[in-house]
Amino acid sequence: MEPVGGRCVLLRLTDDKPLPEMCPGQFVEVRIDHTPSTLLRRPISVCFVDRESNELWLLVAAVGDGTRHLAALKAGDVLNCVLPLGNGWDMNSAGDSSPLLIGGGVGVAPLLYLGAELKQQGCEPTFLLGARTSSDLLMLDEFRRYGRVFVTTEDGSEGEHGFVTNHSLLGQEQFSHIYTCGPKPMMVAVARLADKLGVTCEASLENMMACGLGACLCCVEKTTEGNLCVCKEGPVFDTKKLLWS
Amino acid sequence: MSNLQVNIGDLKLKNPVMTASGTFGYGLEFQDFVPLHELGGIIVKGTTLHPREGNDYPRMAETPGGMLNCVGLQNKGVDYFCQHIYPQICDIDTNMIVNVSGSSPEDYAECAARIDALEKIPAIELNISCPNVKDGGMAFGVTCAGAESVVKAVRKAYHKTLIVKLSPNVTNISDIARTCEAEGADAVSLINTLMGMAIDIEKRRPVLSIKTGGLSGPCVKPVALRMVWQVANAVRIPVVGLGGIMNAHDAIEFFMAGATAIEIGTANFIDPAVTLKVRDGINEWLDQHGCQSIQEIIGAIH
Repeated sequence: MEPVGGRCVLLRLTDDKPLPEMCPGQFVEVRIDHTPSTLLRRPISVCFVDRESNELWLLVAAVGDGTRHLAALKAGDVLNCVLPLGNGWDMNSAGDSSPLLIGGGVGVAPLLYLGAELKQQGCEPTFLLGARTSSDLLMLDEFRRYGRVFVTTEDGSEGEHGFVTNHSLLGQEQFSHIYTCGPKPMMVAVARLADKLGVTCEASLENMMACGLGACLCCVEKTTEGNLCVCKEGPVFDTKKLLWS
Repeated sequence: MSNLQVNIGDLKLKNPVMTASGTFGYGLEFQDFVPLHELGGIIVKGTTLHPREGNDYPRMAETPGGMLNCVGLQNKGVDYFCQHIYPQICDIDTNMIVNVSGSSPEDYAECAARIDALEKIPAIELNISCPNVKDGGMAFGVTCAGAESVVKAVRKAYHKTLIVKLSPNVTNISDIARTCEAEGADAVSLINTLMGMAIDIEKRRPVLSIKTGGLSGPCVKPVALRMVWQVANAVRIPVVGLGGIMNAHDAIEFFMAGATAIEIGTANFIDPAVTLKVRDGINEWLDQHGCQSIQEIIGAIH
């Protein structure tokens, strides 16, 4: 476990057994033990899988009692995880060319593993990562291992000043597909942008969940196909399906 | 190894551990975690005559020791269930029980009649206690007259084991239970969720989309246990106990309060394999205490 900026820590988990196959975009339901105020597991996206060291990385922002508890874990602590869950990104949409991966805040987490796997399959991913301020930009050096990295901050403390959707890169280059994860208003703006550019786009949502298995129907999102479970039919959706209501 | 078999009306359960409606999907969602055929029964999610989209998101709020939900009976309707889901679950070798809800006695009866025709569904659980839909649900479960109208209509249309799920949001749950018994229910199950609320103080508005929701989880267990005990002393039909059961200890409390079987709900979210751990824990406790059968502890408080 190591602090990575802002309120975030990176948890590096391992197991005696080889970790199961995980696809970029899938998530883990982590049980939170010994807290009086929480009951349910916390869904955390797969940030990276290091097969050589048999490690699963989870990027956690300490925003509530559950995630604060996770952020306070120490080396050697044991976590009970259910994994892998959810559908994951469509790895074929990127084609063999140039996908753009747009992340905001702690939402950059699933884009690292996605970028690494895209590079592995011969793509040249470009990362466009936004945050409020420079100290909230997470793991930039890790992202740089798998592609070019462009940055925006809302206060102009690093990279271009403003939002990811205003970055000059978007007017200069063409991309084959957009993958996005971050705050909902950002993803709505990215989806609109993709629509304008005529590029296909997938977004990863983070609705509050209970079961994580598609059983309780608590985490639904309104889509052109009705209410769908973010945990089971998502968390990744083609943005053309999303009504963003 | 103790004898864990129990009967609910004509229904034979290999053990008294079932899953609560709305927390276990159609069973299939949990098959990676639980050998489904080892359960006493699976009560699948609430089914209505017509499809329902349910309530808007947010539908869930975590609270200390529990959670609120206002899913609002999202389901694709009984015909979809019969055509598309039943074929997938009918060969699971346990009691597959359908939870039935509606907005009028006629709706309930029609929905029940269509399920009556399904050979491998041996029972229904009649939900007259959903707190999250305006047009019905709990409205029927909070008065004796309402309960009577629904149970009477369904009893005429449904010929197999009929379990009626009771609302705790009432002044006297025993009166409602007696009414259900008088109208021909084979068993009652209790409790459904308790009406509750959570507020986002920064936004100054309720967390849930419809403002209120049903509370479940370990925080409701003492209330559920008290009501199971009251109802078990008020009716002769079997009582199925549920409400905040997290482990075998909790389950044994419900048996001692008078439950013949139990349902596990919210606990499935924290440990998707909890159900058979509870069954094994019950078995172990019975062995340790020299009991030959689960029957020895049902209603066994002094």
